Amino acid sequence: MSSTQVLIAIIGLTAITVITRGFFLLSEREWPLPAWANRGLRYAPLAALAAVIAPEVLLTDGALIDGWRSPRLFAALAGTVYFWWQRGILGTIVVGTATMLALKLGLGW
Amino acid sequence: MNSREEFARGMREIAGPSFGISAWALVTGVAMIKSGLTMPLAMLMSLAVYAGSAQLAALPLIAAAAPLWVIWATAACMNLRFVIFSAHWRKYFGQLPRARRLALMYLTADLNYVLFVRRFPDPKPAPEQLPYLLGSIAWSWLSWQIPALIGIALGDRVPTEWELGFAGVLALLGLAYSTLSGRNSWIAGIVAAAAAVAAVALPLKLNVVVAIAAGVAAGVLLDRGWPITAEARR
Repeated sequence: MSSTQVLIAIIGLTAITVITRGFFLLSEREWPLPAWANRGLRYAPLAALAAVIAPEVLLTDGALIDGWRSPRLFAALAGTVYFWWQRGILGTIVVGTATMLALKLGLGW
Repeated sequence: MNSREEFARGMREIAGPSFGISAWALVTGVAMIKSGLTMPLAMLMSLAVYAGSAQLAALPLIAAAAPLWVIWATAACMNLRFVIFSAHWRKYFGQLPRARRLALMYLTADLNYVLFVRRFPDPKPAPEQLPYLLGSIAWSWLSWQIPALIGIALGDRVPTEWELGFAGVLALLGLAYSTLSGRNSWIAGIVAAAAAVAAVALPLKLNVVVAIAAGVAAGVLLDRGWPITAEARR
């Protein structure tokens, strides 16, 4: 791709960020949602997080991880144990990342 | 209400999770250089697009010189979750002038959304909300852009085999745990996770949208007393 084409791609991608993040705020008129959808929205943050996390932990190249020697799986487990012990997100990141690096660099998984 | 206190609270509550997101930003910066973007274009992409998952999905397509519409369609699908979030945002910020609310939403990423809804579970406007969100997005903008620019500058010198970007997933994991409240939310989360894995073969990362729909549907059904039928309740 030429630099001009990449530039056009980036301008379009910026517009997509603006439109998707502001989608239901573009119109001045309220779009009434059915009551069940309004209540359901409170599950949206958690569902989106789970949808992003689960494939990253459980899949490699689109297939379920093969066997138990997966640094990502152990990193997620270590992070999970830390979270329910101490309830800190920063600690969850540190413990999980340290576990992954130890398994990858220390044990060569 | 003290605006400055809410602004500080917005920053404080995102500070912990943002460390993982910073690692993710660093990796995204490196990925932009590795996929052949020049340094000025990579910087522009990071500063203007400001949507990590859409950027990461678009990069291999740009490197392979895919048609523009394919690049844009992929990014739009990656961002469909924001469309769902925006229906929720409307209840808090729908009354702001259009230019202001769109500018605010442009800067509002996943982390800001999840933390905001945790802080203000009742979907009604309140004066504390704007300063809280501004503090949240100011901190997350800096904690994304600074490491992304470092990643762009370092390029190949960051070892990708360490998978440092997984720190971002761990941040989201901690955040997901912190939003769990009650049995129904656990089940909705597990349903969404299972759906995302089961539907992973869908193109354009549509599995994320399917999973959100499944998780929300599970939550709604459980709130209505499912699986106990209406007759059994009578």
